[in-house]
Amino acid sequence: MTTFDLAEGGLRELNAALHDPGCEGERFRVLNPRGSHALAVGAVAGADVEIEGHAGYYCAGMNQHARIRVHGNAGVGVAENMMSGTVVVEGDASASAGATAHGGTLVVNGSAAARCGISLKGADIVVRGSVGHLSAFMAQSGRLLVCGDAGDALGDSIYEARLYVRGAVRGLGADCVEKEVRDEHLAEIAELLDSAGIDDVAPADFRRYGSARTLYHWNADHHQAY
Amino acid sequence: MRESATFDRDTIAEIQRAAREGIYDIRGGGAKRRVPHFDDLLFLGASMSRYPLEGYREACATDVALGTRFAEKPLHLDIPITIAGMSFGALSANAKEALGRGASDCGTSTTTGDGGMTPEERQSSKTLVYQLLPSRYGMNPDDLRRADAIEIVVGQGAKPGGGGMLLGQKISDRVAEMRDLPAGIDQRSACRHPDWTGPDDLEIKIGELREITDWQKPIFVKVGASRPYYDVALAVKSGADVVVLDGMQGGTAATQDVFIEHVGIPILAAIPLAVEALQELRMHREVQLVVSGGIRSGADVAKALALGADAVSIGIGALIALGDNAPELDEQYRALGSAAGFYDDWHEGRDPAGISTQDPELASRLDPEAAGRRLANYLRTMTLEAQTLARACGKSHVHNLEPEDLVALTIEASAMARVPLAGTSWIPGT
Repeated sequence: MTTFDLAEGGLRELNAALHDPGCEGERFRVLNPRGSHALAVGAVAGADVEIEGHAGYYCAGMNQHARIRVHGNAGVGVAENMMSGTVVVEGDASASAGATAHGGTLVVNGSAAARCGISLKGADIVVRGSVGHLSAFMAQSGRLLVCGDAGDALGDSIYEARLYVRGAVRGLGADCVEKEVRDEHLAEIAELLDSAGIDDVAPADFRRYGSARTLYHWNADHHQAY
Repeated sequence: MRESATFDRDTIAEIQRAAREGIYDIRGGGAKRRVPHFDDLLFLGASMSRYPLEGYREACATDVALGTRFAEKPLHLDIPITIAGMSFGALSANAKEALGRGASDCGTSTTTGDGGMTPEERQSSKTLVYQLLPSRYGMNPDDLRRADAIEIVVGQGAKPGGGGMLLGQKISDRVAEMRDLPAGIDQRSACRHPDWTGPDDLEIKIGELREITDWQKPIFVKVGASRPYYDVALAVKSGADVVVLDGMQGGTAATQDVFIEHVGIPILAAIPLAVEALQELRMHREVQLVVSGGIRSGADVAKALALGADAVSIGIGALIALGDNAPELDEQYRALGSAAGFYDDWHEGRDPAGISTQDPELASRLDPEAAGRRLANYLRTMTLEAQTLARACGKSHVHNLEPEDLVALTIEASAMARVPLAGTSWIPGT
């Protein structure tokens, strides 16, 4: 276990350590993060990182393989453009959580603010609480599962991402529609819940949303939808 | 018969087209309207009070370093002419490879675009700038580290404030895979970044990118020319190493004609405002300024540098050098309802030159080696032209050109470029 106490600096050293492919299997502990930005970004190997406090912007950005846990809240863009690995936020996440993430799993045990999963490109996002407006905006692929409610304009201009929401959806965005929940979707929901360690929620309570695919080919008659 | 100045033939034809098709005109390229430009400036040359340099004997250097402010590995280019960002998707893989070959041959850089980095492009480009765009198509940390510099795209001159649209006919299986989209659908690119808004956030974003790349890569910020004084100042405040400023004549792969022609300002008007911002911050030459949008010749290069730019970037000119709008293809352009010299339906993917297409048969027509040689010839010619003009002004480096070497032919150009109207000492507005 290597400890970085950010009260004494060391952000550069932490990130440099995570950029060493040789850190596979190593464990890192980050003390006094105090909302520092760019914590544990660009990790390249399967290390375990425990952040003991609140993280600022872009925590775990572009993560590859690492397992990163924030024992607090996370600022804007946690796990942005993540490629693989696992990021868990024990508290709440600010806007753009998991933005453009290509792979891996982001779990937010609190709630996530606006634009959660914006332009999602293949990752899984599980939010124990609720998500803010414009979540999954232009989401291309991957899955967003929300155990609470979703704000306005969920899935606006969505492509092929799959959205599951257990609570109320304040409004759907352009080209996002509710879809039938079939057995394969129940299995998918169960898998996502399991990956997040959530065992007190029933898959059957979720509703599914996705693309109506009416914006896939430009049509002037749709001009009010854009 | 008297033609209306207001409803001229072009206007009437556009109204008729709109009534027929019910959709705005989408096209490639940049603004076609006449705007004040480098043609409206002249060099004064040497005279009694200034010595020229001998054209074939005395050296006139052209090298430039980009990214010297914070990056551990700034770019060192042999010439101050770089290749602007153009995507694989908008362009064929052969075209991207040709751009890399031509640029590398002349010791300069090329740039990815909204679609990620292809292996051909990386391999053929000695120095490659990797764009971070709002869509983040193809963005990944491995390519980020493989790049020589990172360019955060806030906007482009053809469409400041606009996103993008790559029509389905150009979304081949390979393009779709790189962008993680279904093949054959119209691909929309967002106009705002997904995880930052405004300069305060951008500063933090730049910090993240520096951490991910271990502070090695120069970070460029590209803006469309609209409010360059403020945008350049804010880019500097945000921590940019280099600011790329793209005027309204800068090209796009596909945008609404109304956007291209009616948003943004000419690069001539933008450069002095950008330089003013840098000088006030004492960052001129510390943060390098790269300008683009309508750069065609060595004269344009020299004039841009004289106004205070550190380098220029070319897009449309580079495509023409590769073979775009070649006269020998006139018959094929006419079959598409256009003609050589006029073809701008780059978004349709039917380019007979094999450049703005993903059709395998069409793309195979472009030989990347031969096209790369043509681009290298063009870059060398521009460099020689710029050197010729710099020597005539007595400069041993093209960066020694200065506004004092210039005069303007029109009142508008004089006011915008802030150099005197020729034959006078008058600069309107000063």
